[in-house]
Amino acid sequence: MLFKISFKNMKKSFKDYAIYFLTLVLGVAIFYMFNSLDSQQAMLDVTSSTREFIKIMVRMLELVSVFVAVVLGLLIVYANNFLINRRKKEFGIYMTLGMSKGQISRIILFETILVGILSLVAGIVIGVFASQFMSILVAKLFQADLSEFQFVFSKAACIKTCIYFALMYFAVMIFNTITISRYKLINLLTAIKKNEKLKLKNPVLSVIVFFVSIALLGWAYWTVTVKANTLNTAEKAFELIIVGIVGTLLFFWSLSGFIIKVIQSRKSIYLKGTNMFVLRQLNNKINTTVVSMSVICIMLFMTISILSASLSLRNTMEKDLVEMTPVDLNLYKTANLPKSYVNAYGNVITCTEKQIEDSKYPITYTLENYNYDLNKLKDIVEIPIYVTDELTWRDSLGSSFEEAKLEFPGLLYDSPEEIVKVSDYNKIARVYGLSEYSLEDDEFIVLCDFDSMKELRDRELKKSNATITLDGKIYHSKYNECQSGYIRMSTSHVNTGIILVPDSCNLKEEWKEQYFLAANYNTDSEDEYLKIEEDFTNNTSQIIKELKNDSIELDGMTKNAIVESSVGLATMVVFIAIYLGLVFLIASAAILALKQLTESADNKQRYTVLRKIGCDEKMINKALFAQIAIFFMLPLLLAIIHSIFGIQFALSLLSGLVSSEELIPSIIATVIIIGVIYGIYFLSTYFGSKNIIKEE
Amino acid sequence: MSKVLEVKNVEKYYGNKSNLTKAIDNISFKVNDGEFVGIMGASGSGKTTLLNCISTIDRVTAGHIIINDKDITKLKGNRLNKFRREELGFIFQDFNLLDTLNCYENIALALTIQKVNPKEIEKRVEDIARKLEITDILKKYPYQISGGQKQRVASARAIITNPKLLLADEPTGALDSKSARQLLETFEYMNKELKATILVVTHDAFSASYTDRILFIRDGKIFNEIVKGEASRKEFFEKIIEVQTLLGGDLSDVI
Repeated sequence: MLFKISFKNMKKSFKDYAIYFLTLVLGVAIFYMFNSLDSQQAMLDVTSSTREFIKIMVRMLELVSVFVAVVLGLLIVYANNFLINRRKKEFGIYMTLGMSKGQISRIILFETILVGILSLVAGIVIGVFASQFMSILVAKLFQADLSEFQFVFSKAACIKTCIYFALMYFAVMIFNTITISRYKLINLLTAIKKNEKLKLKNPVLSVIVFFVSIALLGWAYWTVTVKANTLNTAEKAFELIIVGIVGTLLFFWSLSGFIIKVIQSRKSIYLKGTNMFVLRQLNNKINTTVVSMSVICIMLFMTISILSASLSLRNTMEKDLVEMTPVDLNLYKTANLPKSYVNAYGNVITCTEKQIEDSKYPITYTLENYNYDLNKLKDIVEIPIYVTDELTWRDSLGSSFEEAKLEFPGLLYDSPEEIVKVSDYNKIARVYGLSEYSLEDDEFIVLCDFDSMKELRDRELKKSNATITLDGKIYHSKYNECQSGYIRMSTSHVNTGIILVPDSCNLKEEWKEQYFLAANYNTDSEDEYLKIEEDFTNNTSQIIKELKNDSIELDGMTKNAIVESSVGLATMVVFIAIYLGLVFLIASAAILALKQLTESADNKQRYTVLRKIGCDEKMINKALFAQIAIFFMLPLLLAIIHSIFGIQFALSLLSGLVSSEELIPSIIATVIIIGVIYGIYFLSTYFGSKNIIKEE
Repeated sequence: MSKVLEVKNVEKYYGNKSNLTKAIDNISFKVNDGEFVGIMGASGSGKTTLLNCISTIDRVTAGHIIINDKDITKLKGNRLNKFRREELGFIFQDFNLLDTLNCYENIALALTIQKVNPKEIEKRVEDIARKLEITDILKKYPYQISGGQKQRVASARAIITNPKLLLADEPTGALDSKSARQLLETFEYMNKELKATILVVTHDAFSASYTDRILFIRDGKIFNEIVKGEASRKEFFEKIIEVQTLLGGDLSDVI
C-alpha cells in the first residue's frame, strides 16, 4: 500500500522531480565517466611511460572523486530537502488520516529508492555512452591510436558509482527521517499559508553600497592585473580573495535596489507592461538570496577560470614542446669530481677512484670506454660548462641586487652562474637551430628565457655600466637585455641564465663543472629509434648497467621523455579541471534552479493576482521568463567579468607557460560546456515554474 | 438610460448527467449605466458563480451575458482577456494586492498591462489617489497599511482603467465595521461622482443598504428584487432585513 502511494506520487509529481532527477543523472554520469577512464580503450593503446602517467592520473581522479562525492552528496540532500518542503501539506493530510511518522518516512524511503535506482540506471547508461566520446578526447590528448573503435563498459567504475551514490542516498534517507520526525501537524497543514516577511532596504543605502561594491571589485581587478607583480605573498593573495568575496556579496546585496532606483527614474521603462512587477520580484528575490547568488557566482567563476586556464595551459605546453625539444638526446656528467663532497641533503659522498678518473673526461669518452657504439648517435656536440664562486647571481645582478633581494627574498643569490664559451654555445645553437652569437674580447652575453628571471636580469643590463669580472678581467654586456637561447632541453622556457664569454676568456680547468652532450639518434626507423631510446632510459640496458656497476652517474633527458611527461602532466591537469568544473557547474545550476522553483511555488499567489487583474498567460509567461533569465544571468555575468581578470592573473602567474592567443579557443570550449549545462537547467526551471504557477 | 449589463436566461450546471447541480437556474436581469446594484444570498445560493460568469472567469452552460453590447459568452482566448482587462474592474474580498509592489505601483500596474502611455499613467494614478484620499499612502507597501486602506487601493486599481462595469465580491468581508463604512462611502463616491457602474455581491445587509437596487438569489434563482428609490438608507436597510428573514426562514424549511 505504502509502496503504491510512493509510486503514484512519483508519477504525479514527475515535473517537480525533473530538476532533482536531472541533477542525479548528470552527477552519476560524470562520476562514472571519470572513474572509468583507466579501462577505456584509448588508455590501452599508449606507450609505457604514458601509462605510468595514466596510473598517477587515475589515482588523482580517485582522490578528487571523494571530494566530488561530498559535493554531490550535499547537493542531493539540498535538492531532496526542496522536494520534501514542497510536500508538507501532503504529509499533513496523511497524518490527519492517521498515518504515523514512521509510515510517512517509509513512503519517502520508497520514493528515494525508486528515484535512486532510476537515476543510477539512467546516469550509468548516459555515462557509458558519454565515456565513448571521452575516449576519443583522451586519444587526442595522449596521441593514442584509435583506429579500431571498441565499445567499452567498465564494471569497476559502475560498481564504484553505485556504492558512492548508494551512500549518498543513504544520507538522504537519514536526513529525511530526521526532518519528518521534527514536523508538527499544525505547521504541515498551514505550511502553504506561511508567507515570508518582506524585507525592504533603504534605496539610498543600496545605491551607496552598490558603489562601494563596485569600488572593491574595481580595486581587486586592478590589483590582479596592473599590480599583479606586487602580489607575491600568501597574505596579500588572501586579502584579495576576501575583498573579492565581500565585493561580490555587497554587489548582489545592493544590485536590485540600485537598478530599481535607476529604472524608477525612467518612467518609460518602469511603467511598461509587467516590468515593474518583474523588477520588484527580482528585488524581493535577490534580497533573500544574496548569499546563494554570491556562492553560485564564485563557483561559476572557478569553473570558468579552471576550465579555460587549464585547457589553454595544455595547448601552450604542447606548442612549446616542439620548440623546446630540437634534438633527441641530452646527456650531462659532472666534471672534476673531488674525493668527497657534501650533497644537497647534507650527506657526505665519497667518490671512487674510477669515478674521479672518469670525471676528468668528456661524455663521449665515457661512452666509448664502456663500449657504447657511438654510431648509433649522430650530430654529436659536446661542450664543457664552467662555474666559479667568482661569479654568482649576486655578482651579475650588480647594483640591482639590493632591489632584487627586497622583491624576491627567496632566490639563491649565492648560486654560481653557468659560464659557456661563445664558440661552444654556437655549436649547440647550430644543432638546435637557434641563433648564434659573436663576442669581442671584453664582452659578454646573458642568455635567459624564463620571464621573471629575465626581467630581473634586464634591470641590471639596461644600465650602461653592466659588467662582470672573471679572473681579474672586466667584461661589458654586449646587449642591454638578455638574449634568448638555452642549452638543456625542457618542457618549456625555463632557462634562468647562462653567461656567454669570448673564447679568449681564461676559464680555468678547475672551474669545469659539467660536460654537456646533445645528439640525435642515427636512425630513420621508429623501432630502432625506440631501441636507442631504451639504451638511455631503460634501467636494464647494457650501458646503464655497466655505468651503474662503476657508480658513474650519467644524467640526461630525451625528447621522448619530455614530450610524454609534459603531455601527461597537462592532460592530468585538464582532466581534473574538467571533472571539478563540471561538478561545480552542476552544483551551481542545480542550486539556482531549485531556489527559483521554491520561489515560484511561494509566489504562486502573486501570479494569480496578476491573472485576476487581467494579465493574459502570454504576459505572465513573459514576466516569468524575464525573471528566471535575469536570475540565471546575473551570477554568470559577474562570474564572467571576474574570470576575465582572474584568467589574466593566472596567465601572469604561469608567465611564459600560457600565451593569450591560446585562450580564445579554450574560452569558446568553456562557453559551450557552460552554455549547454546551464541552458538545460535554465529551461527545466522555466518550464517547471510555469507548471507550478499554472492555475488548477 | 443605456444598459451596461444584460444577463439573459443564464444557466450554469455542475457535475454530470447522473448527478446534476444547477448553480444558476435561468437568471435574467439588467444593470443600467451608472447604477449601483447589489446581489444578496446565503452561501451556496449561486451568487459567486453568477459573478464569476459575469466576470468571464467562468463560462455559462446556457444563456447570454451582454456587457456594453458585447456578448461575452461568445468571446474566447486573448480577446476575452483583453475584454476583461479593458471593460471590467474587480475588487476582491482579500484585496489581492501584490505585496512586493507599493501602493502606487499596484494601482499603476492595472494601466501598464494595458500599455497606457507612462506619462498618462502618472497623471491618472495621482488623480485617482487624490479622489479616493490615498495620496499619502501611495509610497507605502501593502503590509504597512490597514485593511481598509488596502481595499481603497484595490478600488483605485479597479476604477483607474475606467471600466464599464465594476464588480465587487464581498468587498467588506475582511474589514472591521469602521473601515467597511469608509469603503462603502468610497463606493458611493465612485458611483455618484465618478459615474461608475458597480455590481456588488454580498451577504451583509449593511453593505447592501448602500446600493440602489438589490437582487436576492436563492438556489440559483432570483427570489426577490427591491429598489431603494426615494427611501433613506435606514428604511432600505430595514427592508433588506425583512427580505432576508423571509429568504432564510422559509416556512417549508422548518417543517
